[in-house]
Amino acid sequence: MKRVALYAAALGFVVFAGFPFYWMLVTTFKQNRDLYVGASDLSHIPWIFNDPPTLEHVKLLFGQTDFPRWVLNTLLVVAAVVVITVAVAVPAGYSLARLAGRWGERMGMGIFFTYLIPPTLLFVPFSRLVSLLGLQNSLASLILIYPTMTIPFCTWLVMGFLRSVPWEIEEQAMIDGYSRLAVILKVAPRLIVPGILTVVVFSFTLVMQEFVYALTFISSVEKMTVSLGVPIALVRGDVYHWGALMAAALFISIPLAIVYNLFIDRFIQGFTMGAVKG
Amino acid sequence: MAGIEIRSLRKQFGDLHAVDGVDLSIRDGEFLVLLGSSGSGKTTLLRMIAGLERPTAGEIHIGGERVDGDVPPRARGIAMVFQSYALYPHRTVFKNIAFPLEAVRTPRKQIEEKVRWAADMFSITRYLDRYPRQLSGGERQRVALCRALVRDPKVFLLDEPLANLDAKLRNTARDDLKRFQRRIQTTTVYVTHDQVEAMGLGDRIVVMEHGKVRQVGTPQEVYEDPVDTFVATFVGQPPMNLLDLRDASLPAGTLVGFRPEHLLPRSVFGPGEDLRTLRFSVRRVEYLGSDRYVYGSVLESAAPDATVIAKLPANIALAIPEGETHEFAVPRRLLRYFDAATGLRRPP
Amino acid sequence: MTPRRTLADREEVLGGVMLAPALAYVILLVGVPFVLAIVLSFSDATAGSLRFGWAGLRNYAAILADPIFLRALRNTAVVTIGSQVLVVVLATAAAQVFRTTFRGKRFARFVLLLPWAVPVSLAAIAWTWIFDSTFSVINWTLKAAGLLHGWLYWLGEPGLALLAIIIVQAWRIFPFATVIVLAGLSSIPQEIVEAAIVDGAGFWRRLFQVELPLLLPVVTVAVLFGVVYTATDLGVVYILTGGGPANTTHVLPTLAFQRGILGADLGQGAAIAVFLLPFLIVVAIAMLRLARRAEVGAR
Repeated sequence: MKRVALYAAALGFVVFAGFPFYWMLVTTFKQNRDLYVGASDLSHIPWIFNDPPTLEHVKLLFGQTDFPRWVLNTLLVVAAVVVITVAVAVPAGYSLARLAGRWGERMGMGIFFTYLIPPTLLFVPFSRLVSLLGLQNSLASLILIYPTMTIPFCTWLVMGFLRSVPWEIEEQAMIDGYSRLAVILKVAPRLIVPGILTVVVFSFTLVMQEFVYALTFISSVEKMTVSLGVPIALVRGDVYHWGALMAAALFISIPLAIVYNLFIDRFIQGFTMGAVKG
Repeated sequence: MAGIEIRSLRKQFGDLHAVDGVDLSIRDGEFLVLLGSSGSGKTTLLRMIAGLERPTAGEIHIGGERVDGDVPPRARGIAMVFQSYALYPHRTVFKNIAFPLEAVRTPRKQIEEKVRWAADMFSITRYLDRYPRQLSGGERQRVALCRALVRDPKVFLLDEPLANLDAKLRNTARDDLKRFQRRIQTTTVYVTHDQVEAMGLGDRIVVMEHGKVRQVGTPQEVYEDPVDTFVATFVGQPPMNLLDLRDASLPAGTLVGFRPEHLLPRSVFGPGEDLRTLRFSVRRVEYLGSDRYVYGSVLESAAPDATVIAKLPANIALAIPEGETHEFAVPRRLLRYFDAATGLRRPP
Repeated sequence: MTPRRTLADREEVLGGVMLAPALAYVILLVGVPFVLAIVLSFSDATAGSLRFGWAGLRNYAAILADPIFLRALRNTAVVTIGSQVLVVVLATAAAQVFRTTFRGKRFARFVLLLPWAVPVSLAAIAWTWIFDSTFSVINWTLKAAGLLHGWLYWLGEPGLALLAIIIVQAWRIFPFATVIVLAGLSSIPQEIVEAAIVDGAGFWRRLFQVELPLLLPVVTVAVLFGVVYTATDLGVVYILTGGGPANTTHVLPTLAFQRGILGADLGQGAAIAVFLLPFLIVVAIAMLRLARRAEVGAR
């Protein structure tokens, strides 16, 4: 009896969380005449394929829209932001955890708090800053601004991660004949690898998801990223190509979700800020 | 080879005085044990000698050279073994041991020879290609010692290196360690909270408490002639009994101390012995194989409820019924006297 | 001669050098714009020109007299509170389910995390399709189940549209909250729970008298992030309703975007966005207190 209730509850959550994705899946592969039947027609069940599935929307998405272009743009921005974030946040996190002494923790928290300042508060001044720099409507503007979101959280993540790695190995190396700098260059990187990986994945997912800055800075369709282009530019006039739209959403969501699943526990450690002891 | 001089050394963490004015002279080739409970400052003291913490004030000299201010750990001629052994997880045993040699750009061939020599000394040659995670605790500890050895250090610093071993292994590891130190004759500073380790290993023991040194001496001195009640009760298991016997021949406020193994039934002593007899009201007798612990209270004491322990060796077969009062005695030469207010030793 | 400390040994120097880029980034590209956001709200700056004049409180006077703004402010509060209440209920319940082991748990967990992993804008567009005025699968299902006789214009009526927004926000944030609560549950020492069982506490007493009090800090963390994510979110409302119908479903971010970027009135846009600050300050203070408590608890 208890098991039944448990499975029922689990099923309920899965249905609530997953139903939009099921709907994406169904819409992606439905023929138009199966898709566009008014919901008041009770004899036509929208949950299933009433006609054979089709690849027509997928072909449209990849063949006749800018979607492939957006994917490339997104990957370009992702790569640049990941490189900047790792180069900036990893040394900073190390510095706060290992070199800054007693004020490292507080400083780290200060940096982390800037993560709470949302894009929706900053996009107005940024729009001015970006046009002052002559970067409006360019991917460069995104590459410049996105690290403001990734660096604070990633610095905090690396700092927290390093606190779980014992000092002693690095101290041992200092006694074994290495300078502080040599330890940082030769010993520390191997110890931080999992932390760096987390930083990469977090930056990657954050850039994939960002919408506000892209909406503010990018105006031409060929410069858009996926998260901006799909909801804004796949709509032609007033006509929504729902099949293609849902196909795009599906193709982006699933890989992202898989990556997320692998790293969620690490992110959560960052979010809970010590309120949870691992 | 070198001795270590420590003068008025202090270390403060915020409001906490971790090390609070320590003067210590460690002789060349000596095995010195820093003994104290956690928070006594022993590890901080060791870490300052290593150069991992910078002193707030005071001086450290290693081999006649002052090192406290500006000499980084790598240049102090020390080697250290941490409690966790701090082996580099991604390097094989060989490469772990070779790591200090690589730092000073030793030629490959020499590294190879030196690692093999050290590994041979600790009989871990067959583990050289393994990774630390594939080794047992005892093997890891020996790898860490090996790595310390190849540096040819002037001083060994050991921070509770046996604490992570299981009890069975600890005895043999202690013996190995002592024999090894005798052989190479390198000055060694060893931190532990375990008094059995301290007594067994140290040429001299430094008892620390609240950042201060309470007593420095050979194991025998520390055990038999504790300078105050702290050392008296900290060293020795079960601890020294301390009683106010309201003895008219002693100044007021004097505590009389004696070791549990010296409190024995009156009848086992010979006639010529100068004894202090005590009426011992026995509550409970614990049979421990080689010994019996007798728990009770002494009726002459100012606090008749305070628990007093007598430790009877197995060769005293006398029956001690529980719940009765017996005549016990301590030879007077084994009594120690302390000031109840300051805890310091008093002349008899 | 023993080598002395060199630059390579100086922790302060190395620490400063390694921290400097991050600090520069945060100060120049978060700190400065943050101050600029507040300064702009007192100016008559527009996107078209670089002119910058002091406007005093004029922007604030204008928006406070504007019923659309007041409505947006109210909507932000309603959406935030409404969705977070849902999130807390759903997340604590889901955590109770997902702490047990059952067949297919890995797959269930994967699906549960989907809403959190998917980009907001893509999720919002999917929901727009689900709430479509003609093809809404929800309406079909309600009708087929006999629960609905008329017709629900989800995104066409202000009340329903707000409800839709709340549902989407809760849907998107509860998986995240669930994982946080799960992390909290796993950090409750098993002995405490077992002691409660031995003491004869049933499931509900255990939940309400042992686990929930211990979980409170973690649930608070989840809610605080939830508040930040919902109150400051632009994507869901922008894509779902665009603030419509007739500007009734705007929240602060969408209105700020409409006035500041689309309407090119930077001053007013900034002033609207500044009203997000109280939400954020409350969150920041609460987090600091929690962090301090965690720090004390760790010692």
